[in-house]
Amino acid sequence: MTIDGSRSVDSAATVGAPSPAAVGVPSFAGPDAAALATIARLRRRRLVFDLVRHALLIVATFGMLYPLLWMVASSFKPETMIFTDLSIWPHSLDPTNYVTGWTALQESFTTFFRNSIVVAVLVVIGNTLSCSITAYAFARLEFRGRKVLFAVMLMTLMLPYHVTLIPQYVLFQNLGWVDTFLPLTVPKFMAVDAFFIFLMVQFFRGIPRELDEAAVLDGCGPWRIYWKIILPLSLPVLATTAIFSFLWTWNDFIGPLVYLNDSAHYTVPLALRSFVDATGQSNWGQLFAMSVLALAPIFLFFLCFQRLIIEGVAHAGMKR
Amino acid sequence: MASSAAGTLGSAAAAAATAAAAAARRRRDLTGYAFLIPWIIGFLCFTLGPVSASLYLSFTRFDLLTPPQWIGLDNYVRMFTADARFWQALKVTFTYLLLEVPLKLAFALAIALLLDKGLRGASLYRSLFYIPSLLGGSVAIAVLWRRLFEGNGTLNQILLALTGWQGPAWIANPDTAIYTLVLLAVWQFGSPMIIFLAGLRQVPQDLYEAAAMDRAGPVRRFFRITLPMIAPVVFFNMVLQIIDGFKVFTPAFVISSGTGGPVDATLVYTLYLYNEAFHYFRMGYASALAWVLLLIIGSFTCVSFVTSKYWVHYDD
Repeated sequence: MTIDGSRSVDSAATVGAPSPAAVGVPSFAGPDAAALATIARLRRRRLVFDLVRHALLIVATFGMLYPLLWMVASSFKPETMIFTDLSIWPHSLDPTNYVTGWTALQESFTTFFRNSIVVAVLVVIGNTLSCSITAYAFARLEFRGRKVLFAVMLMTLMLPYHVTLIPQYVLFQNLGWVDTFLPLTVPKFMAVDAFFIFLMVQFFRGIPRELDEAAVLDGCGPWRIYWKIILPLSLPVLATTAIFSFLWTWNDFIGPLVYLNDSAHYTVPLALRSFVDATGQSNWGQLFAMSVLALAPIFLFFLCFQRLIIEGVAHAGMKR
Repeated sequence: MASSAAGTLGSAAAAAATAAAAAARRRRDLTGYAFLIPWIIGFLCFTLGPVSASLYLSFTRFDLLTPPQWIGLDNYVRMFTADARFWQALKVTFTYLLLEVPLKLAFALAIALLLDKGLRGASLYRSLFYIPSLLGGSVAIAVLWRRLFEGNGTLNQILLALTGWQGPAWIANPDTAIYTLVLLAVWQFGSPMIIFLAGLRQVPQDLYEAAAMDRAGPVRRFFRITLPMIAPVVFFNMVLQIIDGFKVFTPAFVISSGTGGPVDATLVYTLYLYNEAFHYFRMGYASALAWVLLLIIGSFTCVSFVTSKYWVHYDD
């Protein structure tokens, strides 16, 4: 099933769904009183049912989001209030925690955010380029051993990272790459994220082959077909890859934890961890302020690319 | 193409054509491999090489400073016969999985059912419910969780205000610490929920109409139509969540300050592995732990797929 396929199902479902009036109308002989009463009764029942659903959902939403809202509010509260005040209303927009928290560690958060951004941007570029080249070969080119290699690629999807973690560390240590960003970024230029390759192969297969054939008649080689035809037509899947690469890298903890030692090289998650350890339990306001800033880019990404993100998740689940 | 045309030509021409076809095929193969160069390098250097090296290291004693020393099956023998922390890590991980996966899937399915069937504002709810899944794996949320479940934390303040009961220090108490991790996982039910929603959309609407004609109630409709129809999605979600659950690391690390405490109550398998490798530098032993984990996850996946044919029904 392609991404386009699931979209058409989407619209079909919304067309087929509600219209309570159409349900259970007993006769088509005209609007007699009994039928109208039935319709009214069904409508009323439907309304009550929807109200109950909304009530349940609103309670659930509030319960789910309360911790987040409370953290945002607390990041504006003075230290003494955080321990007593349960409200999600900050009362005043006092930025003290943000100002002092930003420079509370040995390095300022400017460094940590810069590091996180550098790593994330490199990973995004590496993943989109290398995975799309690989996916193009698997989806469009004919060569001996393609099926076997594709199966091998799919198998790497199942491999837990723990099995490769230690030898990779030894490898990078011998290369002298430990405590640099190279172990976190260079592999991404080698198409190591099989999930994205799989996603792209599926998408590329949905692009009509007639386009390639026409391009071949015009004298295009496979490289130009990839660059001029496949890539421009694949913006949705490229965007999905870029977005998820960014989100996962931004949140990644174990990678930086293993490879980065010098606090000048820390990414934001590592900095938050050492914030907890350095200040113990005493600076929750500042810690929350920095946590809010750490989550803010993810949240902004979600606001901007909501549709792509949710479709990406739904689609990943619908693969067979 | 070239070889079918060759039949009408002379044998010399046919030979030339086959040679040309072979050359064309070789060129075609080479083009394919050229595009695969990055992936092949990546696969050899960062997957196949490390996996084999890890298997080798699991039979050695290796501390990074001196060369690995072959000790045969000693690591595995020690793990299964003399290492109480290994069994503790397994116990913690399986407790976590057994609680987290069913609860999370149940929540995800329940909310997906509430959101299905044309509710106004469904997409807004869906987005809001997805937010924890998006943020949940980050250190920032683990930090927040520490604050929420401390002795004088937010949860206990709410409990105190509502019921007058002073709750325990959830994280510092070895009996309850694991439940804070379970709760954090269940809180992130958004992504299986989205997958369920996509699955529910695919259930043919006429089945429900037929059931309504037969006056089947909502409970019957759920168990007779919805659940069987989305069984593949349930299955997929379950396998995904189990594999993910085995990999949990960040929250356990942050909440326990890297120790797996109190008294190893949050020592999930991955955390144990990490500490053996990067805290005690027992790289050989940690490699053996990694291989056991690989076998556990592998056999879980196999068992799920083999048994799935008894309860998962595929349409096509």
